[in-house]
Amino acid sequence: MPQANVKMTVRKITDHTSVIDIEGEVTGFAENELMDAYTQATSAGAKAILLNFGQLEYMNSSGIGLLVTVLIRAQRQGQKLMACGLTEHYRQIFELTRLDDAIGIYGTEQEALAAAAA
Amino acid sequence: MNENVPVNQTTKQPRDAANWAKSGENLKVGELPREATNLNVEGRRVVGPLEGFGQLWQKTYRVRLSGTSVTPTEVVKVWKEHFPEFQPPSNRFYPSVAGVQPGEVVMINAMTPGGPVSTGVMVLYSDEESFTLMTPQGHPESGWVTFSAFEEDGVTVAQVQSLARANDPIYEMAFRLIGASMQEQIWTHVLTSLARHYDVQGAVSVQKTCVDPKLQWSGFKNLRHNAQIITLLYTLGTPFRWVFSRGKKA
Repeated sequence: MPQANVKMTVRKITDHTSVIDIEGEVTGFAENELMDAYTQATSAGAKAILLNFGQLEYMNSSGIGLLVTVLIRAQRQGQKLMACGLTEHYRQIFELTRLDDAIGIYGTEQEALAAAAA
Repeated sequence: MNENVPVNQTTKQPRDAANWAKSGENLKVGELPREATNLNVEGRRVVGPLEGFGQLWQKTYRVRLSGTSVTPTEVVKVWKEHFPEFQPPSNRFYPSVAGVQPGEVVMINAMTPGGPVSTGVMVLYSDEESFTLMTPQGHPESGWVTFSAFEEDGVTVAQVQSLARANDPIYEMAFRLIGASMQEQIWTHVLTSLARHYDVQGAVSVQKTCVDPKLQWSGFKNLRHNAQIITLLYTLGTPFRWVFSRGKKA
């Protein structure tokens, strides 16, 4: 399979909140990277995971499918999944695929973290 | 990355912008061949894998196109152009005049053990190496299917991957009884036909994962859109519509 052209960095904000910075392309080939980042973010006990799409360059339908599987996994673990940094284009895709019903979407990381702390 | 760095609010369109259907519009069916039944799609909205009723399954079907020099881009181009031809005879697909383009509707007239069903799908996404069809309300499934090709160890692989759950309780029961295996036969047939197009006798591999075993009881009300029931009632009403239309003409 082709290599994923994506970099995911996990930042622990508090004991209960972690951020995954997504840089590059979210396609089906990014499965290992996304699942590894999610595991890393939650292994320390985080109950809120924020996906920061500020550096997202490209996403296809397989990439959206990956987000669905991460969301279901988070829901089953009782974790809250949030997103920030989405451009209008990607917000529309979240709307079209109904991901916006299940993932809290915020304009900035600060807004999302404030909501997670509330 | 620093948390104080402004997030990406640029107005520049990303590379994938033209590949996606637009959101917020109900489905519109274009011109169809006379033999196609246009039911259960017009005015409906598309529904994703987070909606619906049944268990959420991801199923991946693959065939290796060994012995050919065809590229993934060439495979997907042919796949889009000949999409209805690769289907089993019981599944009639009617793409719009525009073809497999984002936002376009593909009507489906299929024959199932439960009788005929008229439904359709919308092209959610399309690029040179993949395209994705998303289901509308009333379709047996809530979710999408992605058709793609990629290179693995120097061989082009064609793949069908579905991420979907049954749309309502009747469909869920039907999938558990017979529908799931029928669906596997359909996608296996499609990949086998595609491989045969390149003179390849490839074996199709299937990988199934239950992503969410829970039933979504909020999806019970989706029964009111059930395309199978509506198609059956429409079919039963055909003689009455014929008599009524003759009466009006007289």
